[in-house]
Order: sequence, then structure tokens, then C-alpha cells
Amino acid sequence: MNASTLVLVLIAITVASYYGGVMRSQALARPLGGIKHLSALPSYYGFMAVTWAVIPALILLLVWTIYEASVISNMVIALLPSETASLSEGELGLLYSRIANVASGIMQWDTLGEAYRPAVERMIELQTFTARYKPILVISLAVVGALIALKMVSAQWNVRYPVERIFNILLFLCSGIAVLITVGIVFSVVFESLRFFGEISFFDFVFGTQWSPQIAIRADQVGASGAFGVIPLLVGTMLISIIAMFVAVPVGLMSAIYLSEYASVQVRNIVKPLLEILAGIPTIVYGFFAAITVAPAIRAAGEGVGLEVASESALAAGLVMGVMIIPFVSSLSDDVINAVPNSLRDGSYGLGATQSETIRKVIIPAALPGIVGGVLLAVSRAIGETMIVVMAAGSMANLTVNPLEAVTTVTVQIVTLLVGDQEFDNAKTLAAFALGLMLFVITLGLNFIALYVVKKYREQYD
Amino acid sequence: MAGINTMIDEGRTQDDVAPLTAVEMPRQESIDENYETVGSPLLHNPLVKTRNVNVFYAEKQAIFNVNLDIAKNEVIAMIGPSGCGKSTFLRCLNRMNDTIDTCRVQGDIVLEGQDIYDRSVDAVELRARVGIVFQKPNPFPKSVYENVAYGPRIHGLVNRKSDLDDIVEDSLKRAGLWEEVKDELEGSGTGLSGGQQQRLCIARTIAVSPDIILMDEPCSALDPIATAKIEELIAELRENYTIAIVTHNMQQAARVSSRTAYFHLGKLIEVGETEIVFTRPVHPLTEAYITGRFG
Ligand SMILES: Nc1ncnc2c1ncn2[C@@H]1O[C@H](COP(=O)(O)OP(=O)(O)OP(=O)(O)O)[C@@H](O)[C@H]1O
Ligand SMILES: [Mg+2]
Repeated sequence: MNASTLVLVLIAITVASYYGGVMRSQALARPLGGIKHLSALPSYYGFMAVTWAVIPALILLLVWTIYEASVISNMVIALLPSETASLSEGELGLLYSRIANVASGIMQWDTLGEAYRPAVERMIELQTFTARYKPILVISLAVVGALIALKMVSAQWNVRYPVERIFNILLFLCSGIAVLITVGIVFSVVFESLRFFGEISFFDFVFGTQWSPQIAIRADQVGASGAFGVIPLLVGTMLISIIAMFVAVPVGLMSAIYLSEYASVQVRNIVKPLLEILAGIPTIVYGFFAAITVAPAIRAAGEGVGLEVASESALAAGLVMGVMIIPFVSSLSDDVINAVPNSLRDGSYGLGATQSETIRKVIIPAALPGIVGGVLLAVSRAIGETMIVVMAAGSMANLTVNPLEAVTTVTVQIVTLLVGDQEFDNAKTLAAFALGLMLFVITLGLNFIALYVVKKYREQYD
Repeated sequence: MAGINTMIDEGRTQDDVAPLTAVEMPRQESIDENYETVGSPLLHNPLVKTRNVNVFYAEKQAIFNVNLDIAKNEVIAMIGPSGCGKSTFLRCLNRMNDTIDTCRVQGDIVLEGQDIYDRSVDAVELRARVGIVFQKPNPFPKSVYENVAYGPRIHGLVNRKSDLDDIVEDSLKRAGLWEEVKDELEGSGTGLSGGQQQRLCIARTIAVSPDIILMDEPCSALDPIATAKIEELIAELRENYTIAIVTHNMQQAARVSSRTAYFHLGKLIEVGETEIVFTRPVHPLTEAYITGRFG
């Protein structure tokens, strides 16, 4: 029986035990005068039966599957001839995989000596055993569990509490998984970064002004010592983000003001979704746009007035990234502006303020913390953005604040470091983790500040 | 004043003693489009003159053919059952209804000889002359000082900081709030108590020196003590300002106003001296309302 059949059978048992529980409790209730005489609703008995059927069976399946391989290999290796005891771990591994291949029939007997016959036979025997008994045991356990539960169904058995409890645990496990995965990611990044900092000093990384990791691939290369100063990358990232914010904040904020304060309902209903489409465009498409349309246009314009513009410039990437972020800023600002109570508008109009005075002096100040929060979220989005920069800003680690030159960002360097077939054992690839960690810390910090600010703002009108 | 209250109380007592006495219930069909307001809606030489005012929200008519005059330095109370159009009418007087897209106002509303709905009139300037205080206190989320300074600033009433300080102090004093906030002018206006906030809103309105102050149920969100303070304040303000106040509290109307207008389903039923409206109402609807039979 293969794995998918086993799963199908388990599902069938689940469904059957649910309806078994429901029907049995209903049958019990009928002579008593209806389900109100049960201590829980029929569906609760159904869920209880499912729990009894599935949980022990799944645990068995899980444990068996996890330990199967190591138990088999231990038992097989014990039967190897004594001269193999001197083999190194790697050689033993090779030998073991040959035995496994012979056992499964991929390789012929004659590739192994006769001395290995007991081991191979043992392996075949063990594998046949698992293949036969694992499904049988799991399914029987499920059936037995279901039967026990059905037997236990009675009007007095209050399953409501345990079922609620099981749901509680289930939900907890699901959220736990998300948290665990996040923590796992953070730890793997932290540990790899620590390995990196074992090779390159932390201060050289954080305060170094030169970034040229590409010459450190092989120890015997000329100029073997790479430079891992992160400052040029940070400056590049910041330069592009600032340009992006110069585009996104005014345009986004003003369109939010227009949409929430001036636009008629019809205009709003058309323009708002259109603006939000901007957020739905894949960043790679913005990347094309930046590299193919905007960058050459900037270059041509620059040459027109006698400026020297690199074909890949921070300006092109920043402008396009700004366009990408407009909907963030505008929809978050729109939300907070709409959250400003109308009574404040009335109060201002009632004092003889015009609409623009009301917006400038009452609405924007009242909404400001929320707007700032929205802008910070947009900044952290800009810092993490990769595709546009890869395509439009280049990967030259220039330490410059001139927006007309090519710069590179943290994310772009992570991509360049990891492209291709790489071993994770040298400073070059490990640097990607250190960069990732830094990026993570920066955006996390920004998000924390933003959420804090937004929360403070929420409290104001509650 | 005491006289009025006792009279109202007597009205109540009679009701209690003989609850089964058949009262001829007012028939609503009796007020059609061409109804006539009873009492004395019109005055010689009024400050505000409203003639044939009709107000619509989209297709729905909320005010029917109202004619009402308001004299200088009087306090006029507007009473009536919920939804009868008191707020709507009040908001017509400084064109606050302009902020509601669906709202249309017909008829003439004349302030000192000038039709305020005339094209040449700027609603923004009008609202500086006719201030409004709302039901729920709505101080701006700024400091107490900035709340009061807001109006004078936007109207460019002062150039020097010291003049602004004077206006703020004077307005807060007139609103009876100065003693409570003088040490914390930089504190947040939203951090005050409800009654203080409402007095702050009144100070804010006074600061632009309007001629008329409209008050839409200014005490309905306040406790009795704060209410008493606001009522005291209204009694003082009537020396310098003309006040139109909407209220659900008939004792309050009786205490603070000199004239009372009774609205019913968008129509102005009766207007008269407060004493007379509360003691000898002419219209059966008015009588039914002030004796608490409905509303
Ligand atoms: N913004 C609006 N849009 C549509 N209809 C409205 C609007 N404001 C008020 N109305 C309608 O106009 C009528 C009068 O409302 P208004 O608010 O003037 O009553 P009110 O006398 O102030 O009542 P209350 O004592 O409850 O405040 C009501 O029927 C109401 O439904
Ligand atoms: Mg009202």
C-alpha cells in the first residue's frame, strides 16, 4: 500500500467516524426525547470520534516514518562484515547506499561481495516489513480509536469541553508553526552571519567603505582579500529610497487628500482602484520600465543639458520605485485622513475656515502620526525592494550620493553574491547572510517605529 | 423663571391626577403645506429674517416653509421632537448645510439686509459672523491655546503674538474656562473634561467675535453640573451676542431663552415668548409636546 492510498483511507475513516459520532449520538438522543438531552451537540460527538480516530494514528505514522530509516540502517550496519568497522564515515555512507541500491534491485548482486549478503537480505526483509505493517497498524489504530470513541458516546459524556480544547490546541499549533518558522529563519540568518563575522571583523563590515567581495573566491587568487565594507551599499540603498520617497510622499499624500476631501464619490470610486492597481504590478515589470524607458530618458535629458549620466542610475531606479510605492502612501494616508472625525471638519468650517485651511491646519496635523506611520512602512518596503534596483541601478558599489551615477543596494548585492553555484563556506556567500541580517534589523526597526506611531494615533480618538 | 417651572410642574401634576381624561390628540393632517405658524414668528427690525425656507436632503424635504425672525441680543430656543428639523434649520443660518452634498436650501435667509445664500456672499466669511457650537464637544487635537487661536489666526485678526494672547485669554474668560486652564494653555484640548471641552468650543467660537452663536444641543453630552455652567454662560453671553439654541431639555429652554420656537415634522408650529409658550401654548401640538405627551 503506498502513501497516497494510506492517506485516502485515513480520510475515509475520518469522515466515517464523524458521521458515526453524529449518528450514534442522535440515535442515543431519540429515546431520551431529542438532542437537547445530550450534554453536547451531535457534531461535537462527531469531532470527538474524529479526534480519537485520527490523532493516535497520525502520531504513530509520524513517529514510524521519522525513525524508520535510522532503525533500519542501524540494524543493517550491525550485520556488516567486521573489516568495515575501520571505514571512515564517508566510506561507510557510500557502502550503505550501495547496499540499499542492491536491496531495492537497482544494482546487481555482483557489485557487492558475498560477505554482504546477510546485510542486504536483512534490509530487504525490514523494508518488506515496514511496507506491509506500517499501513496496517496505522489503519487499525485509527479504526480502533474510532470504535472506542463511538462506544464511549453517551448522553452524559460532555464532549463540548474537550472538543473546544482540541480546537484551541489546533489553532495554537498553527500559529505556533508560523512563529517557529520565523524564528527558524532568523536563527539561520543569525548563525550564518556569525560564521561570516568569524572571518571578517564586525567593524570592517559595518564601517568599511569599500565593497568588493568578488575577488575573494579562491585563496590562491591574486588580491585574495575581499573588501566587505557595507557603507557603500547602505548609502546606495538610502539614496534610492530617499529619491523614491521624494516621489511617493508628495504624490501619494496629495492624491490621498484629493480623493478623501475633494473628489466626488464617482471620481473616488474610479481613481482609488486604479491607484491600487499600481501596487499590483509585479516589480519586475517596473524593473523593465525603469531600465528600458526611464533610465535612457534620464540619460538623454541629462546629456541635453550637458550632464554626465550613467546608463544605470540611482535616479532612474529611485523614480520608478517611488511610483511603485505611491499606492502604499496614498491608501494608508487615505485611511488615516478618513479616520479623522467629521466633527473636526465641522468645527473648523464652523469657525469660518476654508477647505484648504481646514485640511492644512486641522486634518493633516490630526492625521500626521498615521501618515508618518504609513510613510515609514513604505520606506521599509523601498529598502527591501530588489527587482527594480537590480535592473535599473546596476551593481557597482560606488560610494556616492550623486543620483546620476550607478549605485548598488543591499538587496542587489545579496542577489549577486548568491547567483550561481556556490558553496556556503566562504566569506563571499556568507556575506549575503550578514547583509540579509542587517536588512532585517533595519526594516524591523522601521516597522516597529511605524506600528508604534500608528498605534499611538489610533488611541487619540478612542 | 420660577413661575414658568411651577406652571410646567402643575401641568404635569394635572396629567398625573387625571390620566384618563380624554385629551383631544392633535391630528397630524391638520398641518398641511400651507400651515400658518401661530404666535409671533415675525418681528420689527430683526437681525435675521428667514422667509419661506424649504430644505431638502436629496428628494426628501426636511424643512417646510419656515418663516422666523431673530432679534438682536435675544436667546431663542428651538424645541421639538427628534428628527423634526431643528438642527437642519439651525445649520441653514450659517450655511453649514453647504458641507452636505445632498442638501438644498430654498427661500430667503437675510442677515442684516443681506441674503446669505446670495452668490456674492462667501460662506466662509458668513461663518465667522455666525458661529456654531455642536452637540458633541469637538476640540481640535491641539493645545488649548491653539484651539482658541485657530479662528483669529485663519481670519488674520491679529498680527502680534501679544494681541493673540489677549484674544485667547479674553475668550477663555468669557467662556468661563480661564480659571481652570490658565496654567495649562499648552495642554491638549482633547484632554479636558467633556464640560470643559464644550466651554473650550464656545471660547473658540467667541474668539472670532461672531454676531450670532448657534448652539445645537450644546449640553446633551454633559452632566448636570457642566450643563449648569454652560447655562450660566449663555445667560452672560446674551448681553453681547445673539444666540439660537436647540435643546431637548425643556427646563433648559425655559431657563435660558427669551423666545421659543416649536418645530414639528419640519414645520414651525409655534413661536412666542418663552413664558407664554410654556404656560399658555396656543397650538395643540405645542401643548402636547411641552406637557410631555409625545416627543
Ligand atoms: N445629512 C442628512 N442626509 C439626509 N437626511 C438628513 C440628513 N440630516 C438630517 N436628515 C433628515 O432630516 C430630518 C431632520 O433632521 P435634523 O437632524 O434636522 O433633526 P433634529 O430636529 O435636529 O433631530 P434631533 O433632535 O434628533 O437632533 C430628519 O428626518 C433626518 O432624517
Ligand atoms: Mg439635531
